[in-house]
Amino acid sequence: MAVISDQGAAVMAEPVRISVKKASAVPMLLLAGVVLYLFYAWTAFDITALLARAQLSKGALLISDAVAYKTHVTKNFRRGDFEVAIEGERHATFKTLPDWVTGDADKFTVDLGEGYVVRVEGKSLAFEVPDYGTIHAELVGKKIVTTLPDGPVPDWLNARDVKLDARPTFSRRVQFTRAKLEIHKFQYGWENFWFPFTSELHGRSFSELLSLSTSGDRLNPDQANWQYILSSFWGNPEWQHGHVAVALFETILMAVLGTVTAAFCGLPLAFVAASNFNPNGTIRFVVRRVFDFVRGIDMLIWSLIFIRAFGLGPLTGSLAIAFTDTGSLGKLFSEALENIDRKQVEGVGATGANRWQRYRFGVIPQILPVFTSQFLYYVESNTRSATVIGALGAGGIGLVLVETMRTSRDWENTFYIISLIIVMVFMMDGASSWLRRKLIAGGESR
Amino acid sequence: MVEVMRQEVLALEGRRRLYTGLSLALLLAVVLSGYSEASALNSGGFLQGLSKFLDYPAQIVSQAWDQGWAFWALFPKFLPALIETLNIAAVATLIGAVFATVLSLLSSRNLEVPPAAIPVVRRIMDIMRAFPELIIALFLIFVLGASPVPAAIAVAFHTSGALGKLFSEVNENIDVKPLEGLKAVGGNWLQRVRFGVIPQVLPNYSSYFLLRFEINVRASAILGFVGAGGIGTELSRAIGWGAGSETAALFLMLFLSIVAIDQLSSYLRRHFVGADNFS
Repeated sequence: MAVISDQGAAVMAEPVRISVKKASAVPMLLLAGVVLYLFYAWTAFDITALLARAQLSKGALLISDAVAYKTHVTKNFRRGDFEVAIEGERHATFKTLPDWVTGDADKFTVDLGEGYVVRVEGKSLAFEVPDYGTIHAELVGKKIVTTLPDGPVPDWLNARDVKLDARPTFSRRVQFTRAKLEIHKFQYGWENFWFPFTSELHGRSFSELLSLSTSGDRLNPDQANWQYILSSFWGNPEWQHGHVAVALFETILMAVLGTVTAAFCGLPLAFVAASNFNPNGTIRFVVRRVFDFVRGIDMLIWSLIFIRAFGLGPLTGSLAIAFTDTGSLGKLFSEALENIDRKQVEGVGATGANRWQRYRFGVIPQILPVFTSQFLYYVESNTRSATVIGALGAGGIGLVLVETMRTSRDWENTFYIISLIIVMVFMMDGASSWLRRKLIAGGESR
Repeated sequence: MVEVMRQEVLALEGRRRLYTGLSLALLLAVVLSGYSEASALNSGGFLQGLSKFLDYPAQIVSQAWDQGWAFWALFPKFLPALIETLNIAAVATLIGAVFATVLSLLSSRNLEVPPAAIPVVRRIMDIMRAFPELIIALFLIFVLGASPVPAAIAVAFHTSGALGKLFSEVNENIDVKPLEGLKAVGGNWLQRVRFGVIPQVLPNYSSYFLLRFEINVRASAILGFVGAGGIGTELSRAIGWGAGSETAALFLMLFLSIVAIDQLSSYLRRHFVGADNFS
């Protein structure tokens, strides 16, 4: 091998460098274009203003609220009543006060733990905050008069004439307005997840429930205990397990039914659209344009039209998916048909097979892998689509999600539904790729 | 002897046919019962819906017709919304493609990345792919307020996973000889990727990128419907107010732009990427 001096190497490298530079000129221009475009998008989306407006604390609050529940201690000055309720809900009022609330409507003490104590007497309160001091507030006429410890006012405290709002830690909050006084205590967990608060099953342990379900004494004279336990769980008014389960089923039904229909409509049409099966160019053209049309209209538009005609529900979603995907699957299948090996069809034909037998034994086996894998892939992706078009109004779990998000003061419900959707999508994903591996030799193609 | 074999083959064939027939019948039963179940769960019935199927399109078309020439004036009015939707899709696809490239390089077995990283990155991509965009968009709309950004982030997140998987398949099919050559002359990992991998995968990447852009235009139109801005938001407003001619104009714009992008992307793929390179 010849030894090249350093200088020689440099001389030889020069043309290479120039040609590399030349070759990368176009990509570099493209890259510059992309960067310019992103700058444009930055201004078009007004990201600077958005960042100023963004309430990241809202997100943090939401996430923590999703795994916690709060108990309200409320004293209403107009009605003069006093109650302790989970999330302030009427049906979740404590009959006997929890141990951290003592006293009666006129004079009571709320122990928020770690030295945070609220004492209420008449229309005045004293909130003891460790490392800060005691906040005194009193409703005098129509004004809330607040007396703070000396020193600067901390940012968790907002004292005005009409409202006092103090939240020294995430889990403790005191609100005092002219109408009422509210103390919130946050605790981790999903309260009332299994049984409604008012049910006598609430708060029982699993082994207790197990022995109850097999024991003879009926809690509810109409039902056996195990039925009673199941129906209380299923009909839990706050978490609506039954309702949510039906919605999940609806979504999966939409995806499967829509895709099956699309596959069965798409397959025969694909034969018509494939140039090697249909010599008539005009019909081919028409069918292809039909594919493009139903695909182009898009699932969004189809579902909006179908909602008008068929109302809310899985039928609407199924039909929207079926229409759109007849186009997509039909196009894919017709491309697959155009790529098949003629020899197998001729071989089958040589044994004296008629037209249908040639299709059945010469063509179908060749496109079956494509058919199956595309079908499964579409079922999987349509589970996601069904959730989305459900949210637009077709029903199913998507609609439940949007509804809970709109009406919800309790993010734990939303979080629960989100987790269920994710579990559902992952399960469909797993099932589809498992089936693909099982049914198609050669594994996870696509 | 031949007769015995013939009998056996025929028996096998008969049994196979029976199984195929049975599974087809089962599938048919599932579909039929599924439809009757779906029809029962639906608030409107199937047959009565069928008669009303064309009512809504007819209604909005007739309202649009009544507008006469003024109907066409609606198009420039909604053009900014359409551009916003296209921007959401483009930004999401670009950002998604960047992340997808990084993820795919880290999850290809032939690129000398730490073997422990490969399954981890693959699982990450699976999760990103499976995570429904709707949920991310709704959450971000809550935090950031209604604007196109939540939709762009949500779509980009999904795109990273979806493209990442396709890109890593492309990476694994490349010719490794250029890489060995670059290694022999002392190129580091980044240089090997830049000069050995990227030129080989760029055509396929572009093809998948264009396909994804097409899909993302649809996705961002849909996310607009839940409050992310763009043409979807206009559409939901128009439908909510019962403004038939505006609805018709928006439907038409969305349809035409989707078809145009579809055609443009397949033209680009055929002419610049090369016919043999698209899947």
